Amino acid sequence: MTAETHAFPSLSLVPKAAAPQSMKDFKSDQEVRWCPGCGDYAILAAVQSFLPELGLARENIVFVSGIGCSSRFPYYLNTYGMHSIHGRAPAIATGLAASRPDLSVWVVTGDGDALSIGGNHLIHALRRNVNLKILLFNNRIYGLTKGQYSPTSEVGKITKSTPMGSLDAPFNPLSLALGAEAGFVARTIDSDRKHLQSVLRAAAEHQGTALVEIYQNCNIFNDGAFDALKEPATRDDALIRLEHGQPIRFGAGNGQGVFRDPATGDLAVAEVTADNADRVLVHDAHAAGPTTAFALTRLAAQDTLHNTPIGVLRSVQRPVYDIQMQTQLDQAVAQRGPGDLATLLTGSDTWSVD
Amino acid sequence: MTSQVDVAESTEGEPLSEPSPGAGMLGSGGDRPGSDRPGRDGQRGDGKRVTKLDRVVIRFAGDSGDGMQLTGDRFTTETAGFGNDLSTLPNFPAEIRAPAGTLPGVSSFQLHFADHDILTPGDAPHVLVAMNPAALKANLGDVPRGAEIIVNTDEFTKRALAKVGYAADPLGDGALDAYSVHPVPLTTLTVEALKDSGLARKDAERAKNMFALGLLSWMYHRPTEGTERFLRVKFANKPDIAEANVTAFRAGWNYGETTEDFAVSYEVAPATAAFPAGRYRNISGNLALAYGLVAASQQSGLPLFLGSYPITPASDILHELSKHKNFGVRTFQAEDEIAGIGAALGAAFGGSLGVTTTSGPGVALKSETIGLAVSLELPLLVIDIQRGGPSTGLPTKTEQADLLQAMYGRNGEAPVPIVAPATAAECFTAALEAARIALTYRTPVFLLSDGYLANGSEPWRIPEPQELPDLRVPFATEPNRPDGSFWPYLRDPETLARPWAVPGTPGLEHRVGGIEKQDGSGNISYDPANHDHMVRIRQAKVDGITVPDLTVDDPSPASGRGGPTGGAGLLVLGWGSTYGPIAAAVRRVRAAGGRVAQAHLRHLNPFPANLGEVLAGYDRVLVPEMNLGQLAHLLRAKYLVDAESFTQVTGLPFKAEQLADALTAHLRTADDTDTADAVDTTPEAGRDR
Ligand SMILES: Cc1ncc(C[n+]2csc(CCOP(=O)(O)OP(=O)(O)O)c2C)c(N)n1
Ligand code: SF4
Ligand SMILES: [Mg+2]
Repeated sequence: MTAETHAFPSLSLVPKAAAPQSMKDFKSDQEVRWCPGCGDYAILAAVQSFLPELGLARENIVFVSGIGCSSRFPYYLNTYGMHSIHGRAPAIATGLAASRPDLSVWVVTGDGDALSIGGNHLIHALRRNVNLKILLFNNRIYGLTKGQYSPTSEVGKITKSTPMGSLDAPFNPLSLALGAEAGFVARTIDSDRKHLQSVLRAAAEHQGTALVEIYQNCNIFNDGAFDALKEPATRDDALIRLEHGQPIRFGAGNGQGVFRDPATGDLAVAEVTADNADRVLVHDAHAAGPTTAFALTRLAAQDTLHNTPIGVLRSVQRPVYDIQMQTQLDQAVAQRGPGDLATLLTGSDTWSVD
Repeated sequence: MTSQVDVAESTEGEPLSEPSPGAGMLGSGGDRPGSDRPGRDGQRGDGKRVTKLDRVVIRFAGDSGDGMQLTGDRFTTETAGFGNDLSTLPNFPAEIRAPAGTLPGVSSFQLHFADHDILTPGDAPHVLVAMNPAALKANLGDVPRGAEIIVNTDEFTKRALAKVGYAADPLGDGALDAYSVHPVPLTTLTVEALKDSGLARKDAERAKNMFALGLLSWMYHRPTEGTERFLRVKFANKPDIAEANVTAFRAGWNYGETTEDFAVSYEVAPATAAFPAGRYRNISGNLALAYGLVAASQQSGLPLFLGSYPITPASDILHELSKHKNFGVRTFQAEDEIAGIGAALGAAFGGSLGVTTTSGPGVALKSETIGLAVSLELPLLVIDIQRGGPSTGLPTKTEQADLLQAMYGRNGEAPVPIVAPATAAECFTAALEAARIALTYRTPVFLLSDGYLANGSEPWRIPEPQELPDLRVPFATEPNRPDGSFWPYLRDPETLARPWAVPGTPGLEHRVGGIEKQDGSGNISYDPANHDHMVRIRQAKVDGITVPDLTVDDPSPASGRGGPTGGAGLLVLGWGSTYGPIAAAVRRVRAAGGRVAQAHLRHLNPFPANLGEVLAGYDRVLVPEMNLGQLAHLLRAKYLVDAESFTQVTGLPFKAEQLADALTAHLRTADDTDTADAVDTTPEAGRDR
């Protein structure tokens, strides 16, 4: 298969697999050690069964993670991998991806890892737009350290470290990402494999940094955090499934819609009627500006999770750091020729002693 | 007075990148300065007397905005090209533009050049150029009586004098009677020289440093073509400024030639005997280090990846390497030091020569990632250009106080090899040596340079490509187990290095991480015995690194009780940038009849294998350091020797005289009649100083 015919032009620099792959090609021999029932299992299975679809040489795929339950992920995939230190995976992956455009580099991180200790690296990776796919497992808790509140926990959360309730307002990871100039921002849920894989596919197709927030249930320390989005009784009213080019409608009988308030430009949810049906906002993931995507990230209610958009909120092309870095190297060679060490060391002001 | 913000960290006050509207000149268009290289007969073309000297120390001092670093650099370049041996000491404030005319705002550049080999920038200037009262006041204490002082009288106004606390004008009240003072209205003369240039007065004034450079160039018979060429290139897109600077430069030269006040000029012959045959250039430590890194990349066949965050005095390496993209060098200016080293480590995982450059505060931030690199057993260079600490400390001053941080500054047992260059030029070979260790043993390596080495410069014999070491190491390409599987921690029995299998290699897919792993398979392991084994094997790997033996310079006749090579009772042992002043002090002491042995460590972890034996061979060991005794501490702990410290943490290098005095005092107190007479260590006692 040549680069032109590859389904993922964004991965055209990565060598292709010689033969078709299956899910088991991506399973490592390591015993998976998450708590039984943890949402991480579902994500792992979804990723393992998705990767063959990319058709990439397995040895050219690398998963880099930080520290946390979620960050154990690379051990369970039979690709190259690095389980690094808390919060630093985006920085490490940046060096790897920037120096090796022939690799498909994935980052696995948690809400504490990415947004607390590693917040700085996350925002800079996003603005820099290195070819990285960042999977942020958001369970709204610190799992590995046994249940302290995290930067995505709702205000007032009772945990071991906040017996009277947490005081600090959480981050909205997708708002943050858009503020950090992210070109690709999406959200999905551990339990919906089909949706999860569709988002992974879109992320893989994207050239540059992609941030995928995955709502992940920690059944030990924050069980049911996303039940509103999963329970048949509530999910239709809670979930807004975004599809590019489609009017944003949801709820029972698609009776709810997202509308723009002409006065403020803000977005709001309202019942769709015969009168307003043609005014339902049509989702444009490729809109040049981030404004509408940002407004979408603000729709969800922090506590009930009602009106939570999932899918690709934003996918726009921006210059890609690693490609530009390579271009500068190529330009330097074109302009000055390949570096000659003897010439460099000699410089312009020399004298001889015989 | 000092700026509170880190933004203020900088180099010198006259950024080369921001050309000041310079000056034009007294377009007498006369003789090209330097065209009449004087004969060696005591008279030059202008009929003035010529005195021959074997060495000179000049200090240029002015406001941080006066361009003293540029002036010093130019004088240095001409001096290097002329063939003198030389050593320099730039000394400047941390503020970009410290308040004008104040003592903290003084910037200086000292240059020592000679017709023989020298080791230091000199203890005390023979000539001080003081561009204003602050420069005079800040530097006078270092100037020995009898020295020449050239002052810019235009700046000696009531206000300027009062600003630095001069109640009376030192030029008029006899305060400088002990010196040979040349009062020169440098500003007026420069403006006058540039009156036809069309430049505004304020802009014309800015060329006064070039006038001063011209004058000093006349005094010391320096070549001038290079400086004129330099100015024309530097201001290529501002030809009027280029011409103004050249004009001011020539005017300064002509002033020396024509003015009665300068009756004598000086010749310092090239240091022909000091240098082995070869092609030479002048080089600063940071430039040598950057070139060493490029050379290491070429010699290893691995692309260089630098992850770095700007910090004085390391930023110049980032700047330099970013110019060499045609060598395949990738430079990544990260969001912080942690990301800088993280990216370098990520690149190393991918098969690059990963490097991070920083100074002490940055090392503190990188510690956790260095620990990860120890655990991953990947090659990585951590370059620390030490500066005054703790905390922000003295950003532009030198210190050696990060040794213990490099040695121990991580959680857990996390040994990291350490190399340290002794001179500016040696930064080149130190980079290659650090790369050799990192690549051979798959380990992070510290390279400890410092502000003095970084900014100081000296002649460097340019190595021929075939002199450079072969640093190629093979990547793993094949499974290494009988069953066809790959174990990422299956070690080379000799080096204990693990295989380096880079992504993209089919069949060797593996995971590494900072969690303890089983030796061999690399799988996560919490087994107590395995952890004990891993801690010990990581230590053994570093301990087993082959480093050259320590050589001792001990020419004293064997006395039966001295060291392995000679008969001295006292060994002076240093590391890093103290080499020059220590060696100069040792020369003095020996010239005065003192018996002292000298050795200098380039490897601090592991120490050379013969170090214990060397130490045991001497009655006394003195360890001069620009910290509170960190190497002495390591020596005492490891070798149970009574190593004595001699320490200074002023932010400035030791002076040779000060060390010579310390050595002499030691020889005196030692019950050693052979050496008790070693007391005359005046500067002229030895040949260097
Ligand atoms: C430097 C450092 N600080 C603290 C820790 C302890 N620690 C490990 S994981 C973690 C939080 C993990 O939370 P999150 O990123 O949300 O991951 P999860 O376990 O929930 O998947 C903390 C605080 C550490 N390993 N390293
Ligand atoms: S603590 Fe929570 S997040 Fe961690 S493995 Fe257990 S269930 Fe999963
Ligand atoms: Mg979490």
